[in-house]
Amino acid sequence: MAQAIKKRLSDDKKTLVFLSPTLIILLMFFIIPMVLTIYFSFTNLALTGSQAKNLEFIGFDNFTKMMRDPGLINSISKTIIFVFFSSILGQCLLGFLIAFMLKGKSALVKRVVGTSVIAAWVTPEIVVAFCWVIFLGDGGTLNLLLGKLLDISPIAFLFKYPMVSVVVANIWRGTAFSMMAFQTALDDVPVSVEEAAIIDGASRWKVTSKIIIPMVKGTFTTNLMLVTLQTLGVFTLIYTMTGGGPGNATMTLPVYMYQQAFVSYQLGYGTAISLVILFLGAICSVAYIKLLKVKI
Amino acid sequence: MKTGKVESYLHHIILGIITILFLLPLLWMVIASFDTNAIQTIKLPDSFSFENYRNVIGDSTVQRSFLIGLMMSFGQATIVVILSLLAAYPLSRYRAKVKRPFMYTILFLTSLPMTAVIVPVFQMFLVFKFIDKIWAVTLFLVGTSLPYAIWMMKNFMDSVPIELEESAWIDGASVFQGLKSVVAPLMIPGIFTVLIFTYTGSWGNFFIPYILIQSPDKMPASVTIFQFFGNYGLVDYGRLAAFSMIYSLPVVIMYALSQRYMSKGFSLGGASKG
Repeated sequence: MAQAIKKRLSDDKKTLVFLSPTLIILLMFFIIPMVLTIYFSFTNLALTGSQAKNLEFIGFDNFTKMMRDPGLINSISKTIIFVFFSSILGQCLLGFLIAFMLKGKSALVKRVVGTSVIAAWVTPEIVVAFCWVIFLGDGGTLNLLLGKLLDISPIAFLFKYPMVSVVVANIWRGTAFSMMAFQTALDDVPVSVEEAAIIDGASRWKVTSKIIIPMVKGTFTTNLMLVTLQTLGVFTLIYTMTGGGPGNATMTLPVYMYQQAFVSYQLGYGTAISLVILFLGAICSVAYIKLLKVKI
Repeated sequence: MKTGKVESYLHHIILGIITILFLLPLLWMVIASFDTNAIQTIKLPDSFSFENYRNVIGDSTVQRSFLIGLMMSFGQATIVVILSLLAAYPLSRYRAKVKRPFMYTILFLTSLPMTAVIVPVFQMFLVFKFIDKIWAVTLFLVGTSLPYAIWMMKNFMDSVPIELEESAWIDGASVFQGLKSVVAPLMIPGIFTVLIFTYTGSWGNFFIPYILIQSPDKMPASVTIFQFFGNYGLVDYGRLAAFSMIYSLPVVIMYALSQRYMSKGFSLGGASKG
């Protein structure tokens, strides 16, 4: 018994030795900034002007300012729209549909479809943004096709439908992740169960809705959580495609945070906005850990 | 299970449309990069040429930014691999009290949107005069990717049987030696997965260097390509396309490599028996 305790103590010590470089880096670049985030959000921190010199504690001013800031309310609702349509309706559903249709198809079909979906995912985010700006441009491929096929005059998508444009671009970029997750999950559905159901006279629709969908439900929730968390932080794609505009039409929280902190130089207020993002992220993150029921 | 014939046809048609929709936005880039007179509208080049590529590769700003980008990404990936190996070891092998809280913290950090801490990090960089310091930006990038790397590495390490190490200890090896010469070599696929994953994430990361690096001569490729787009993007389409192709290349190669490593899988079960 005494020996077991001693062993455990030395295990603790050895663990700390192994973990120390990691702990230092995480402390320096993760924990301290997060604590600073909370601290700065209560200050009038600014990059320029007199405020830059004397940092003052201003209590909940940033938060009361936030409550009354129509820009923030706007960007919260824009974030919710962006995340909802591109992660839940977009990537998760489309990813599932592709994986579902690919099940049982020939290796060639799987390869061709899989590669083209994954190509969009592998391409760096910034290049994806360029490709979509040009694809949606007045003379771009989409307008060319619409003109040839439907005889429509060019539409300035990024100005007329900015939110739809960024949502579609983000779905295009991210679907591969969900597709791969669902492919793995669908492969785990035992063929024998499906066959047994068919023998018992179940229709194709019944098999899908009563067997396949319930069996991938777990994947669906965890995948949804992960995709939501990834989408919440999307900055580069929106910033490059629309810069948050036109007006505030695509001003999601990360873009708004950037604008306030680095364009208007209101670092304190920018930090308060990042706290909102962190808060939303933390909720999803805890939910994700709970759902995952990880065994450590 | 046999799917109905009609359903199968329908699936193939829909999948075909999806494939086309996924390829179309990329198609322009590929074609325009070989066309010196490329315009926004997709068209076959009058003459197929490598002029755009030569132009981009010959540009000294581009060369420098690629070098910096490679340094940052490889630097980050290497440090991440070493630190996550060290961190994964006790988490996989010992029964320490700190293990559970640490793993939960790591998992929590893994899923936080990193975009959100950039403002205070920027402030911290100002205070410590870290702005424009490539090593500091690299270390910050290490911090952002460590949690996920540790998580992956621990799972890989769990599948290396402890018996192999024990025999090394009996032969007089220390814990570190065991890790270095027994565990690490058996984890090559895992190590490469973490390396490639980190490298890819870093190479494509635009936001962090965009904020933390301000002098033009220190910017990595992800920032120069953005500036190129802002300055000439809607004028010089051919060069933008070629630049984008070259910039995407390392990531595509890395992805192809990772597929090879992952498909090899782990055949460690037999190692301890033999």
